[in-house]
Amino acid sequence: MKLKLNIWRQKNAKTDGKMTSYQLNHVEEDMSFLEMLDILNEDLILKGDDPVAFDHDCREGICGACSMTINGTPHGPEKETTTCQLHMRKFKDGQTINIEPFRAKAFPVIKDLVVDRNAFDRIMQKGGYISVRTGQAQDANNIPISKKNADLAMDAAACIGCGACVAACPNGAAMLFVSAKVNQFALLPQGQIERKERVIGMVNQMEAEGFGACTNHFECEAACPKSISVKFIAKLNTEYLKATLTKNSF
Amino acid sequence: MILDAKMPSGPVQDKWDKHRFDMKLINPANKRKFKVLVVGTGLGGAAAAASMAELGYQVEAFTYNDSPRRAHSIAAQGGINAAKNYQNDGDSVWRLFYDTVKGGDFRSREGNVYRLAMVSRNIIDQCVAQGVPFAREYGGLLANRSFGGAQVSRTFYARGQTGQQLLLGAYSALSKEVGGGRVKMHTRKEMMDIVNIDGVCRGIVTRDMVTGKIESHWGDAVVLATGGYGNVFFLSTNAQACNVTATYRAYKKGAAFANPCFTQIHPTCIPVSGDHQSKLTLMSESLRNDGRIWVPKKVGDNRSPELIPENERDYYLERKYPSFGNLSPRDISSRAAKEVCDEGRGVGATGYGVYLDFSTAIARVGQEMIAERYGNLFEMYERITGDNPYKTPMRIFPASHYTMGGLWVDYNLMTTVPGLHAIGEANFSDHGANRLGASALMQGLADGYFILPYTIGNYLAQAPLDKIDTNHAEFKKAEDEASAKINKIMSLKGKRTSTSFHRELGLLMWDKVGMGRNESGIKEALSKIPQIREEFWSNLTVPGSGAELNVSLERALRTADFLEFAELLAWDALERDESCGAHYREEHIHPDGEAKRDDTNFAHVAAWEYQGENIKPVRHQEQLEFENVHLAVRSYK
Repeated sequence: MKLKLNIWRQKNAKTDGKMTSYQLNHVEEDMSFLEMLDILNEDLILKGDDPVAFDHDCREGICGACSMTINGTPHGPEKETTTCQLHMRKFKDGQTINIEPFRAKAFPVIKDLVVDRNAFDRIMQKGGYISVRTGQAQDANNIPISKKNADLAMDAAACIGCGACVAACPNGAAMLFVSAKVNQFALLPQGQIERKERVIGMVNQMEAEGFGACTNHFECEAACPKSISVKFIAKLNTEYLKATLTKNSF
Repeated sequence: MILDAKMPSGPVQDKWDKHRFDMKLINPANKRKFKVLVVGTGLGGAAAAASMAELGYQVEAFTYNDSPRRAHSIAAQGGINAAKNYQNDGDSVWRLFYDTVKGGDFRSREGNVYRLAMVSRNIIDQCVAQGVPFAREYGGLLANRSFGGAQVSRTFYARGQTGQQLLLGAYSALSKEVGGGRVKMHTRKEMMDIVNIDGVCRGIVTRDMVTGKIESHWGDAVVLATGGYGNVFFLSTNAQACNVTATYRAYKKGAAFANPCFTQIHPTCIPVSGDHQSKLTLMSESLRNDGRIWVPKKVGDNRSPELIPENERDYYLERKYPSFGNLSPRDISSRAAKEVCDEGRGVGATGYGVYLDFSTAIARVGQEMIAERYGNLFEMYERITGDNPYKTPMRIFPASHYTMGGLWVDYNLMTTVPGLHAIGEANFSDHGANRLGASALMQGLADGYFILPYTIGNYLAQAPLDKIDTNHAEFKKAEDEASAKINKIMSLKGKRTSTSFHRELGLLMWDKVGMGRNESGIKEALSKIPQIREEFWSNLTVPGSGAELNVSLERALRTADFLEFAELLAWDALERDESCGAHYREEHIHPDGEAKRDDTNFAHVAAWEYQGENIKPVRHQEQLEFENVHLAVRSYK
């Protein structure tokens, strides 16, 4: 198939970027989207041009590195699919595809389609853990957990930290990401001790990083490659409210 | 070079306890005076960095990814082994130890493997305490599944995302330490070299992948947790950035490289679809619990699978290995698949594929149960191939997956360079010639959480460590070497991309030093690798400059090391003139096609010592003693 690609090119964080057009004439439908970009890059390198920089690594939909917005949708048109798992059979011969980086105030562009998502790491550092030092644990089966709660915790824990939720949100909010980690631990007995400090710490850091607030557009859930549910955001709001109201009570 | 494993004396079950008692300790207030550099933040690296910071050491951790959470440990699907015996089915530390030594075809150290089996239980406890949402039974207790090479159910899992959940557990422990200021985290920094001062490893040189800046970092010890070298085959289940550079640089600076020819081919991957292919995707081995593997009995039978009647199908694993059947170990299953395809009975467009069929299991337990067990894997398969595995059997074929070889380490996980340690897949220690399923996560976390944090203290307590900083001449020298290499690459301005060289090398290695190997094929590879390398260094093109984010430069640097390392792998494959585990020399097979070990001449670890550019390295031997698991022909019949 033949495709026209409009790709965001930006040399580095300090310069302005712009959309640049490329024509590809030999795309096979069994190629993944990133393999299609590999072909483009091989052509560009042979011409002495700078290849398109994009984050990617595992190419099996789990590391969360790939991060581009395809025709206006983070990770492209297929539901519950990361860019690396998107295949060209989902596109039509002769189609024009617009490819941009994830756009959000808290995700500055580093180069082309590569953005800085370390804000997520800094949120995690403010409470996205259970404080248990190596060697302190009791026998694993001493902590029974209902299958229902374990499954729900796993639903939340499936987040791959890609940031599509942020890029899809008109407010650039990170609430789906934060709610996934807060709920994973709130659902488990191990997470109870630091429950209040965790949600307050993570939400405060989220705001300090410049992420917006949720106004119920639910674009995040629609864009999430792991279909993390917005019900976790509702629960995050409850968790945060309860924690702030009761943090000094005993 | 002397290979002293520093194996503690005494019965195998007492060695670790004895060693922990004999090791020197550092008092808590003094630990903060020592700085440890950890390169790589996957399961091993993140666990080690977090655990050492908890103990009080200053820790700096490095990853070439944008975040520690991206490390390829995240892609492990099926599970993690532990000798908990929660299923009351006869498991024990001793049985996990036995299964692992046998599964490794008697090419690992008994003492190391026993310790691994012992601490496997602590890993599960630790991970549950961290909030890892392992699968549970209705009573609220932990669920298990079975895996290849074992007859007990000892594998703990979190849907098909066990690696992800364990890595996120280690990442959260690491995040806690980074947030507390006890670990300094460096992202998007790739290690270019290690730095030795007076024969002791005292630091590393990195390249900032955004600015291109070459930087030095000093430490009192360095830990490489940089994974395996499966991408030497170009197509593998590894992530795109996985490379041999860190361990190969260490080898060139004096660390012995052990058993590089022990490379594991995973039996259940999605077959290649075309020349554009950039990686191969693994379908978890856990699928073999419920999937039945078959090919048509007739050569060239290209009917679609549902039209082939039961009596015209060959369930070849069940036929050849009745007691382990579809759960036979990886090396055996992979070769059996290759064998039926070589006979012309393979399926799919290329003829290099076999069916993995779930219809029997769906009829037995229902589609819903199968979806609960493997739903995400089935969806992934459908996304990649366009086929629905609930309706039509999956097509699978073996692919390069894991590398048992790695830097030689002693019982303390230290390489032959004092101060330089290697953990997880980056070392060679525990899997022998073949790794059993669900054992990589176990080893990475065992090394990172429960072994290295003890043994590194013993080293630091006794090592003569002068005060140094990065102004030392050795750092400047290593920086200059790294810059010179980059400048050379940028100045070549030839006509081929680094990917084209990597692909050429990978195809050669897969063909001649892959699943099956023989003397003439390996010698052919050994004659061709230098030719590819020579062309690389004269005809490579990399656009842009070294002083910016340059993805083609990153690839070129990694490919340059693969082009040297491939030769080491081939030397090792040639000189290990026997078959064992995943190393299958076609000259040495039993009449039934099984690997034929030569224990008289090869019951040893081969550790290679670098001698200089274009000089054949020296092969040293560490003899292996089997006092508890008796050398026997590995049989899964």
